[in-house]
Amino acid sequence: MTSLWEYANPRKFMATTGWLLPLISMLAAVCVTVGLIWGFFFTPDDFRQGSTVKIVFIHVPAAMMAINAWVMMLIASLIWLIRRHHVSALAAKAAAPVGVVMTLIALFTGAIWGQPMWGTWWAWDPRLTSFLILFLFYLGYVAMWAAIDDPDTGADLTAVLCLVGSVFAVLSRYAAIFWNQGLHQGASLSVAPGERMDMTYKLPLYVSMLGFGLLFLALVLAGTRTEIRARRMKALIARERMV
Amino acid sequence: MIALLARDLTLAIRAGGGFGLGLAFFLILAVLVPLGVGPEGEILARIAPGILWVGALLACLLSLDRIFALDFEDGSLDLLATAPIPLEGVVSIKALAHWLTTGLPLTLAAPVLGVLFSLPATGYLWLVVSLTLGTPALSVIGTFGAALTVGLKRGGLLLSLLVLPMYIPTLVFGAEVVARGAAGLSVTTPLVLLAGITFGAAALLPFASAMVIRINLR
Repeated sequence: MTSLWEYANPRKFMATTGWLLPLISMLAAVCVTVGLIWGFFFTPDDFRQGSTVKIVFIHVPAAMMAINAWVMMLIASLIWLIRRHHVSALAAKAAAPVGVVMTLIALFTGAIWGQPMWGTWWAWDPRLTSFLILFLFYLGYVAMWAAIDDPDTGADLTAVLCLVGSVFAVLSRYAAIFWNQGLHQGASLSVAPGERMDMTYKLPLYVSMLGFGLLFLALVLAGTRTEIRARRMKALIARERMV
Repeated sequence: MIALLARDLTLAIRAGGGFGLGLAFFLILAVLVPLGVGPEGEILARIAPGILWVGALLACLLSLDRIFALDFEDGSLDLLATAPIPLEGVVSIKALAHWLTTGLPLTLAAPVLGVLFSLPATGYLWLVVSLTLGTPALSVIGTFGAALTVGLKRGGLLLSLLVLPMYIPTLVFGAEVVARGAAGLSVTTPLVLLAGITFGAAALLPFASAMVIRINLR
């Protein structure tokens, strides 16, 4: 009987991801390429938004993955704290920079999209604000990892930070919603394109979302493998010094 | 525990720099903002709740790294960790001492600064109430941040990066209470949320802080 926890063994993890990673990377490349090309060149212009609507094919998947990356870090941190599987802590570490980049992509494409649509690069809309806050949380998490030398202490501290940070990130999101509606009486800018969408847009968007998800998975796996190799190297160097 | 509180308070007052520094920073900030924004009373009154709250937050941040750093350096943190009282209690006492030396003076000084910002008369009560309710949350959250960074050589900058995002909900609800109070609107919702954050943080975060200190002392 095989269980998921077997992959907590770095050797088993390395062996499995060794052949899985190229596969996932290929799939991710195919999905992203197909999704984006389909989205950019083979969908009609929107009757109201014109061709600018097409940035949705990057913006929405990136935003989705920015949140999912944090959720994944949260789960991985919990696993590390409870069962102390090193691969889990390293996966959380590897996911953070990807989350940073996804958040940045979402913010930038949002600004580029917002300029022609709303006439402004930035608005203190609850969604935008909570993404900026999420970005700050990511920065703190990455900086925390970078600041600590001892790997186990680092994993422990960042895991606790991730747990506490998640609670505050959620709180901040609701605070942002409360704050804006309370002060400015309801933001009229809605960033929810998924709802009234036609199938011609939805299908490439789904492909692109799947592609971003796979891309995230591939990057995290690659990052985790790098971390494991770096640790092995450190152990080897330490052993050589002892002899 | 009372002895620990007394010790921390005495240290904060006698060791110099810690006690009055936050308050002085708060005052300086309150002087700088009108100089930067311009002396028009209406604008100042409008931004007063936000500025006073941001000022309190930054002043609080200044003294955070002192909560554990000195004890960590001279080894008394190890003693406290092995003392008969639980580490969670120690952390709570530390947070309380931090609040008594920064949050409380800020709360008392804020109405005076409200005058400088020509805050509407109805706002003073809510300014004091919101700061009394909200600054303990700042101390408790800050204690967690200080506990996280206690082992690091240059934790100060990292500390602010970690702690400031966590201050956002407190800031939003705190400033909202003052803004609504000054405008004569109902303050119940933000006030309840602010109290919720403070009590929730005070109840749960000491466990996280104690855990983090144990990791750092390992």
